[in-house]
Amino acid sequence: MLIVMALLVGALGAAAFYLLLARSSLKLLFGLLLLGHSANLLILTSGGLVRARPPIVPRGALEPPAGHADPIPQALILTAIVISFAVLAFAAVLVKREYDLTDTDDTEDMRQTWL
Amino acid sequence: MLVALPILIPLIAACAGLAAAGSRPLRRAFALLGAGGLLVAAMVLFARVWTRGTQVLHVGGWPAPVGITLVADPLSALMVLTAAVLNAAVTVYALGDIDARRQRHGYFSFIHVMLGGVCGAFLTGDLFNLYVWFEVMLISSFVLMVLGGGRPQLEAGTKYVTLSLMSSALFLSGVGILSGIAHTLHMADLAGRLAVAAVERPWPATCAATLLMLAFGIKAAVFPLHFWLPDSYHVTPPAITAVFAALLTKTGVYALIRVFGLVLPPSPYLFGLLAAIAAATMLMGVLGAVAQIHVRRILNVHIVSQIGYMVMGVALLGAPDPATRRLAIAAALFYVVHNMVVKTNLLLVSGAIRAMTGTELLAGLGGLATRAPLTACIFLVSALSLAGLPPSSGFWAKLGIIQAGFEARAWLLTLTALGVGLLTLLSMLKIWNEVFWKPAPADGPVIALSPRRRMLLLSPAAALTVLSVLIGLYPAPLLKAARRAADGLLDRPAYMAAVGLDAGGTPRGEPAGETGP
Repeated sequence: MLIVMALLVGALGAAAFYLLLARSSLKLLFGLLLLGHSANLLILTSGGLVRARPPIVPRGALEPPAGHADPIPQALILTAIVISFAVLAFAAVLVKREYDLTDTDDTEDMRQTWL
Repeated sequence: MLVALPILIPLIAACAGLAAAGSRPLRRAFALLGAGGLLVAAMVLFARVWTRGTQVLHVGGWPAPVGITLVADPLSALMVLTAAVLNAAVTVYALGDIDARRQRHGYFSFIHVMLGGVCGAFLTGDLFNLYVWFEVMLISSFVLMVLGGGRPQLEAGTKYVTLSLMSSALFLSGVGILSGIAHTLHMADLAGRLAVAAVERPWPATCAATLLMLAFGIKAAVFPLHFWLPDSYHVTPPAITAVFAALLTKTGVYALIRVFGLVLPPSPYLFGLLAAIAAATMLMGVLGAVAQIHVRRILNVHIVSQIGYMVMGVALLGAPDPATRRLAIAAALFYVVHNMVVKTNLLLVSGAIRAMTGTELLAGLGGLATRAPLTACIFLVSALSLAGLPPSSGFWAKLGIIQAGFEARAWLLTLTALGVGLLTLLSMLKIWNEVFWKPAPADGPVIALSPRRRMLLLSPAAALTVLSVLIGLYPAPLLKAARRAADGLLDRPAYMAAVGLDAGGTPRGEPAGETGP
């Protein structure tokens, strides 16, 4: 399972960077989306993959059963998903606004800030 | 509770500002109240930390390492205080510089949210919480970058947002790997566990450290990750550039100092890499500035060069001798504070020049030495300080960092730092000659400022100039504060004891650089 996850993280990251390097601003957006997914899966994987052993203390016991899943990565991922959702929503509006103003999604044609 | 105030006050002021967005006097009153309140809270916090030692707040009553801890050690308190001082200066300036439309659309509220994020990043004792504060800071800076619209601002915003999100993803990946190794994210706890884990298997920690270095490197704009900064910082109004220059890149530098000084086990490979990056950053920044013909772009490219000096301090953490390491971090912190003051000031002056003449292109400027002597005077003092001429604050900052470089026997790096100082002087003289000294161009428009606007634009710059001269003439208090901050950062057991972690319970390796290059 670990090797599958590792390959998935790598594939998502590679696809993300491929899209980020494209000239279309829409692809840029999707690249950022995939990059976030890749990071989230990396956190999940590096925290250790554990099946069906939630970190819940059984009735009467003082500690969760041995070998339980680490709850930290899931808390991190949940926070990271919320944050990246908000930031991507902002980026989507930004790209849309820029498209409205320039009538192009080719980042090469948008260049304005050179001096 | 005091520890949380520098975060709460700006956030409350931001909400109040949004609620009162329709009324001009209320909006401006809340802006000043927020900035003033933050300044007072930062001063009280600094005084408390200075007299009683590190202040800690366990948020929600959860003890470390389970909950998130806010830690005001001398380093955090010093950074919060500097940020608050500069924010107050820029807020006064912004009252005269930012147009009514941007103010109505919540300029001051976004500045306050950003300040809350910056102070949170300085004060948090949890690595993942640092990521969250970074995002708070970033998303408000995204809005500030594009506030007011226009094609150049939107284009610069796209670049800035893309690079920032990439850096966030790298940061997150690094944090994820560290949590996978140590199963904790509390900085003090993480430090202890990583030191143990790195003895058996050093490469996962090194891998995570490299990711964090890349992430903070993008935020701090170090070579070769600096290209977004000169291409985006000059499109916003000068007040926003000044706040960005003062706070955003420096927060990246702070994160580098904090993470490499406290959390990560020493890695000779990374410190060597950082030294090379520092030298290249100093050099590329200063050479890049020579080619520019736009006042604010010259200053912005110089931000990159100055970051190199601060990163040099972090790179010298690889020195074998603990005294040298302390000296290097203290010098880097002195440099951070000096640079925040002086660079912000130069950008405020460039904004005043733009307000007076309507242009920032060197070709359209001239003769301001006689037409605006006060502005010329402020610029000259700050420019010479940036170049590091005695007796300015820049002289002491450079002296410290170069002394640390020689003691660490990093000859090449130190010689680069010395040479770059001269080149800095060259491009400051270029601005001086073109803007102030050469005769005014015949068609150069001069806009007379109303006395009130003139006061709002120039009084913060004058105050910061006085501050910078005072640091130059009496460097001892700031030197002492920087030394104490460095001691607090590098003394890991004391930090752990302060946050309530049992230093004996969690095994801990020496933060030693016996393995240094």
